[in-house]
Amino acid sequence: MSTTGGVAVELTDLTRTYGSVKALDGLNLKMEPGEFIALLGPSGCGKTTALRILAGLDKATSGTVTVDGRDLTSVPASKRDMGMVFQAYSLFPHLTASENVQFGLKMRGSAKGERAARAAEMLDLVGLSEHAHKYASEMSGGQQQRVALARALAIRPRVLLLDEPLSALDAKVRTQLRDEIRRVQLEVGTTTLFVTHDQEEALAVADRVGVMSKGRLEQLAPPAEVYANPATPFVAEFVGLNNQVPATVSGGRASVLGSELPTLTGSITSGSGTAMVRPESVTVTADESGAATVRSVAFLGPISRVYVELSDGAVVHAQLSSSQAREFSPGQRVAVGVQPTDVLVVPVRAE
Amino acid sequence: MVGIFLIVPTVTVITSAVIEDGRFSLARLSALFSETALTALGRSVFLSGSTALLGAVFGALLAWLIVSRPASSMIRRGVISLCSVLAQFGGVALAFAFLATIGLNGVLTLWVQEHLGWNLAGSGWLYGLPGLVLVYTYFQIPLMVIVFLPALEGLRDQWREAAVSLGASTWQYWREVAVPLLTPAFLGAVLLLFANAFAAYATAAALVSQGSPIVPLLIRAALTSEVVLGQSGFAYALALEMIVVVALVMGAYSLLVRRTSRWLR
Amino acid sequence: MSTRVVKGALWVAFGLFFLFPLYAMADFSTRNLLQGGRTMTAWANLVTDDALYQSIVTSLLLAVLTVVVMLILLVPTMIWVRLRTPWAKGIVEFLCLLPLTIPALVVVVGLKNVYLWVTYFFGESALTLTFVYVVVVLPFSYRSIDAALSAIDLGTLSEAARSLGAGWTTTIARVVVPNIWSGVLSAAFISVAVVLGEYTIASLSGYQTLPIQIVALGKTDGPTSVAASLATLLFGFVLLLALSLVTRRRRHA
Repeated sequence: MSTTGGVAVELTDLTRTYGSVKALDGLNLKMEPGEFIALLGPSGCGKTTALRILAGLDKATSGTVTVDGRDLTSVPASKRDMGMVFQAYSLFPHLTASENVQFGLKMRGSAKGERAARAAEMLDLVGLSEHAHKYASEMSGGQQQRVALARALAIRPRVLLLDEPLSALDAKVRTQLRDEIRRVQLEVGTTTLFVTHDQEEALAVADRVGVMSKGRLEQLAPPAEVYANPATPFVAEFVGLNNQVPATVSGGRASVLGSELPTLTGSITSGSGTAMVRPESVTVTADESGAATVRSVAFLGPISRVYVELSDGAVVHAQLSSSQAREFSPGQRVAVGVQPTDVLVVPVRAE
Repeated sequence: MVGIFLIVPTVTVITSAVIEDGRFSLARLSALFSETALTALGRSVFLSGSTALLGAVFGALLAWLIVSRPASSMIRRGVISLCSVLAQFGGVALAFAFLATIGLNGVLTLWVQEHLGWNLAGSGWLYGLPGLVLVYTYFQIPLMVIVFLPALEGLRDQWREAAVSLGASTWQYWREVAVPLLTPAFLGAVLLLFANAFAAYATAAALVSQGSPIVPLLIRAALTSEVVLGQSGFAYALALEMIVVVALVMGAYSLLVRRTSRWLR
Repeated sequence: MSTRVVKGALWVAFGLFFLFPLYAMADFSTRNLLQGGRTMTAWANLVTDDALYQSIVTSLLLAVLTVVVMLILLVPTMIWVRLRTPWAKGIVEFLCLLPLTIPALVVVVGLKNVYLWVTYFFGESALTLTFVYVVVVLPFSYRSIDAALSAIDLGTLSEAARSLGAGWTTTIARVVVPNIWSGVLSAAFISVAVVLGEYTIASLSGYQTLPIQIVALGKTDGPTSVAASLATLLFGFVLLLALSLVTRRRRHA
């Protein structure tokens, strides 16, 4: 198994404007060699634009792209030595899987025997050796994307770029394929940039997750950190589920649902605000004299969601294991609290 | 309704071509091999073939130009509408357009005569085969645009971008990806253009009032001839010949298109 | 950037090739042959010359009749086939596209016999050409309406209408047609353009439609026939341009 050593990638102050629209607003991103970074955000946040600028398929209005110490900002896409996997339909329909994978090598003037051998190696890496002679129309979406991955890696690219490669696939195939992609990437060691709007995907496979909104990077950190310690309200809301509960802050601590909790950086420092509390941090206990009432219980397999109405009318949902949730039923009086965890408190929001 | 007005006449043609005076006979068909008929056939094939190729090449070029413009641009829509008009509905009007341009009193003829002293329309070439080639090309190019444009639009951007990111230069992209994908559509269009020219009547009829250089005009002569009665038999034979040629070409066309249309969907 | 220069040059070249004859037509048709300068006599003839005017009326009437008959025939049939007899779709499609493969010229040649009893029933008017013309425009109309029908969920729409109490005619007229309007318009406009330009069948059948008249005039009154030709082309162009504007707008609706 041949590996490519990863290279460092740096995007500095990248901006991209279309007329009056700012797709990218000063993006700064440093990737370590061999690192897998996922850019996560809603459509229009600029993640795909950033990827395309790195690939050379789009030109930044200002800013630089540096790969392995070399400034590639004005280098055309065909000379950047990067492998790219598109969302869908990128396989050449008139070529077989093997010929597709060999394409990049053919462009570089590799000899026929060499190309075929390398293609076979790559198809084996993605588990599609028996499909080498099939055409795109004869393969499923998942298989096509695996061939696309093999094709991108065949040229031993310095950087691997993936533009929402799983979005067009069925849910089950999606989970299988994302683990495949990560496995292959770890084996080959290429620095990888993965763009997606699905936060579960990003958290599951990346070394670091970059959450983007409106052309800016809101937070860049390992998945666990992005989840547990969101840096901005946007990140807190976009990643994972959230309850928005009234809270009062003073002296670095917030009073939320009857508990005193430390606040995260980025929170307001005093006064009233809205706390972002994760469902798994909410506690529900049966209490005849409790101030809250259970509204409904949703069974989701291993976990259940219990929707509780507070005394002020606000609805909060708690995530409990299904065995715990079994004791609750609609109309029951309960007491609601929060586990000791850091919490992000933002300026007051209307519900 | 289709049955009455289409199938019956066609069957009539086929049967009348081989039945004479109530008996099966190949006499009428043998007239197809007379010198007049064969020369006309040769000229028809030449006319159709040359204008098909000219139309295909220039039409593909124009289609490429159109595709480069954004989808809702007025120019693009205007050009496509103009192509639709010229390609299918202009038979007679086109003949007169060219008469007005390079006919004996044509605008261009007079202008060139004034400034350069040449007589463009001198030998009356417009009314013969060379003139027909020029005028036919005028509607073959737009037809090519209409037929070929969907194929060009079916070239997904992802393919070009994938090719480029894999290291292909523009030239390599065209040679390895775009041309192979477009070739079946292009060939199919050439066949279509051929059939179109072969079956065309209106323009030739409007331009050529004397003589019958091509098959359709030969049919006209046979049908309207006041000199020799029973020429209608000849007309039937010629019409059968036309059916055969067009059917062959269209058959090849549908075979070609069916095999590769799925690529560019 | 050199591609842009090449493209620009090509646009100019094509523009000249295609637009020049049209300009020439405009020039030719307004030329005053005797005294030099411009005159609109040729264009005025479109209305004043009796024979020409008659043929324009005839052609327009033919176009309208063809469209009406075609729509009445085609729309209900296509809807019916889609809803009730989907197995027949292939046959209907084949029949409708057949006219494309059989040259008009061939049809005319074999048409003589058929027309003997048509004129027996319907008289000698050129309007009998309607029947043949409906067949001629079938391919274009079928494609347009088929595309429009494919874009809507015909089954659900008609079931919803029927479950709310609408009869078949109401369903077709008030529910389906408004939703396939762009396809219907497209079929109608293209049919009009085809009929106005159709020469082959009309000429060899001996009727006096507009294109026939234009050719006849061509021998005696050049400018007028050129004016009429240009008018036909412009009319067709306007129709199709309007069509492309209407269909684009609806797609974004």
